[in-house]
Amino acid sequence: MSDRISALPGAASSGSIRVEEAGLQGMVTIRGDLGDKGVSDALKKVVGLTVPEKGQRGAGDGMALLWMSPDELMLTAAHSEAPDLVTKLGDALSGHHHLVCNVSDARAVFRLTGEGAAIRDALAKLTPADLRPSALPVGMVRRTRLAQVAAAVWFEDEGTATVVCFRSVAAYVFGLLANASKPGAEVGYFR
Amino acid sequence: MLILDCPYCGIACDETELSPGGEAHLTRFGPGSSEDEFEGYLFMRENPRGVHFERWRHAHGCGKWFHAARDTMTMEVFGTYPAQTTEPPAELRKTISEKRPGWSWRDFS
Repeated sequence: MSDRISALPGAASSGSIRVEEAGLQGMVTIRGDLGDKGVSDALKKVVGLTVPEKGQRGAGDGMALLWMSPDELMLTAAHSEAPDLVTKLGDALSGHHHLVCNVSDARAVFRLTGEGAAIRDALAKLTPADLRPSALPVGMVRRTRLAQVAAAVWFEDEGTATVVCFRSVAAYVFGLLANASKPGAEVGYFR
Repeated sequence: MLILDCPYCGIACDETELSPGGEAHLTRFGPGSSEDEFEGYLFMRENPRGVHFERWRHAHGCGKWFHAARDTMTMEVFGTYPAQTTEPPAELRKTISEKRPGWSWRDFS
């Protein structure tokens, strides 16, 4: 079998913030009735995490559950664990209307590190989302638009943000993020 | 520029994160309907200056369809509500009546 590689291996830029392609990241899409106790119990059993509240991200030991829509969650885990998790989740959810799919290789992940205000400044150039710390606090997931493409953004802590986009637009999104954080292009709005 | 609250996500969405879906609460007429009914369903639309009800999809987000009530002249948004309904909720109609006394839109007022 061929080696798995991420969309832009090793891509990185340093400006007002550091933008790095995060490498291989396991991602599993889970769809079902999130209000159904059977579904939440099955998730708890396999993943060890409770279904996150609307718009939230719940992180655990190497895994996290992200609220994507009223009937959709995204599970992030190590890339190598994703196929196994799909099998386990499928077994645990059998009998409940559901969909579980490994989408790891359909996406690209970028990690933004630096000063929180500088990260928010760079992202605010690209998205109409409200990036004030009160509107997008640590723990919240915001699905939005970065320039012309769909993306999801969340902050792990005030100095680390993650951006997920489709793999086919990885180079575009990396270019956007690198350009928005070029030295000398600081806005200072969130400072 | 419109900012609508997605009733599913609860986030304030920019217009560019949404896809417009045209007029809300249309009754679909298909095979078996009269020509007049089909014409009405296909072509006849309200074009109000004032209170209007529309469908929107949170395309760059949860992907769900929802309804919005707004004023086409002032761009004031009266509210948004989930799509699983055939008429605007009474609560919202009351809100609109307070702001635009005497409003009417199709059979609703």
